[in-house]
Amino acid sequence: MQRRDAIKTGFSLVGLLAASSFVYKEYANAKPVLKLRPPAALDEDEFLTRCIRCGLCVEACPFDTLKLAEFKDSGVGIGTPFFTPRDIPCFMCEDIPCVVECPTEALDPKLVTKDGALDINMAKMGVAVVDEKNCVAYFGIQCDACYRACPLIDKALLIDYKRNERTGKHAFLLPIVNSDYCTGCGKCEIACITDKAAITVLPRDMVIGKVGNNYVKGWVEGDDAKLKDADTKMHLDSKKGMKYLNGDEL
Amino acid sequence: MKFTIARRVVQLAILGLFIAGNIYGVNILKGNLSSSELFGVIGLSDPYALLQLFLAGFSVGSASVIGALIVVIFYAFIAPRAFCSWVCPINILTDLGAYIRTKLKIGKNIINISSNSRYYLFALSLIFSFTFGIAAFESVSYIGAFTRGVVYLSGSAISIAIIIICIEAFLGKRLICGHLCPLGAFWALISRYSLIRIYHNSKNCTHCNKCKAVCPEIQVLDIIGKESKNIRSECISCGRCVEACNDDALNFSILKFRREE
Repeated sequence: MQRRDAIKTGFSLVGLLAASSFVYKEYANAKPVLKLRPPAALDEDEFLTRCIRCGLCVEACPFDTLKLAEFKDSGVGIGTPFFTPRDIPCFMCEDIPCVVECPTEALDPKLVTKDGALDINMAKMGVAVVDEKNCVAYFGIQCDACYRACPLIDKALLIDYKRNERTGKHAFLLPIVNSDYCTGCGKCEIACITDKAAITVLPRDMVIGKVGNNYVKGWVEGDDAKLKDADTKMHLDSKKGMKYLNGDEL
Repeated sequence: MKFTIARRVVQLAILGLFIAGNIYGVNILKGNLSSSELFGVIGLSDPYALLQLFLAGFSVGSASVIGALIVVIFYAFIAPRAFCSWVCPINILTDLGAYIRTKLKIGKNIINISSNSRYYLFALSLIFSFTFGIAAFESVSYIGAFTRGVVYLSGSAISIAIIIICIEAFLGKRLICGHLCPLGAFWALISRYSLIRIYHNSKNCTHCNKCKAVCPEIQVLDIIGKESKNIRSECISCGRCVEACNDDALNFSILKFRREE
């Protein structure tokens, strides 16, 4: 009887070992993935709150761009949709089927509607960033692959012509991203000819800065209205200099 | 056997239709168990998931609300907890785990918890959804993860399946479906007044206890041999007891009809 019990316990332990090794496998294989959401996704927190993880957007996408995050895609929120532009970019469908299909409005059609019609160019999935050190255009080689691939050519992605002082007779064709227009579709990233793309789409909140309200743009009409009620008194802390000299930092 | 075969056919057909819809574009069922589209027109949503989303953000899309209402009405008025035994793919895995458990004659539970734990987990998931602003159970749901894995044909479904089968076979009897699953708790609560119930006729009962040997929610059978009554809503309507009973003491019935009798 004792031996039988021991064998049973052995079975249980082997089974538990199998279960835990599979748990370990799922988590140990986890790779961080960029949170690039489908077009018209709400702000990240709100999106996570709203998304029911049904995959109807994934199903609706005719190009298999979208994937649902699994355990191994860490940092995305299990079951929520994302895409990896270097694999398959967003092809910017005019009827935006992924957004139309979303039952919980986590992909909010309002964010991509202009004058009552869907406009995919309003999407803000991410923003492209150029690695100047590894972009062959910065070597002086003529490459405009990303520029040609951009669906908003000359708006989101521009070419800056610059004289190549080293050769004296050639021009640099430098890709410049305008983040006001860049939708983050990733067509530039997949078009990039380098081994690992020198132009990469990143989540907007990782890249886009924010300027304080205190700067006045003289060339923007009405911007000087900010000066109207500005407090012009100087606020000097006379003790600050003393503190600096006498503080511990020196 | 007929109910078990019917259940497996329904469970596999639903998964098959999801796979066909998502991979091959067959327009019958699309999406997954969280939210889906029937024939490309009727939206269906998991009401429990939607409840969590609502508590997390206090706003949900109108399409999903209608879909959830359809589902709630179905289970609340027709079949109690039938989701668990007729739809949920985890049921296939836990049944397999339970089968392995009986074959290996493993009696001892490593983890012993009350079957009420699922109600506490259910309450906890709602509280967490509200406090942390994210659908709490949905973000760790093994049901969702496994269904997605199967429906979108990804390899991670295999790992999840093995984990669940191992837990069920070696850790505790009916641990996941019968003790822990907050979705099961939700369906049990919803199903209180649903009409199709197992009816126990104690006049025919010979106290053979065969039904208790096969029932995955054994506490609902506490009336066996004592009183003629409908079985309560924790029953997952799997029909195993009906199959096991040789005395015609247990069968599906319609709640209202029986009451008038």
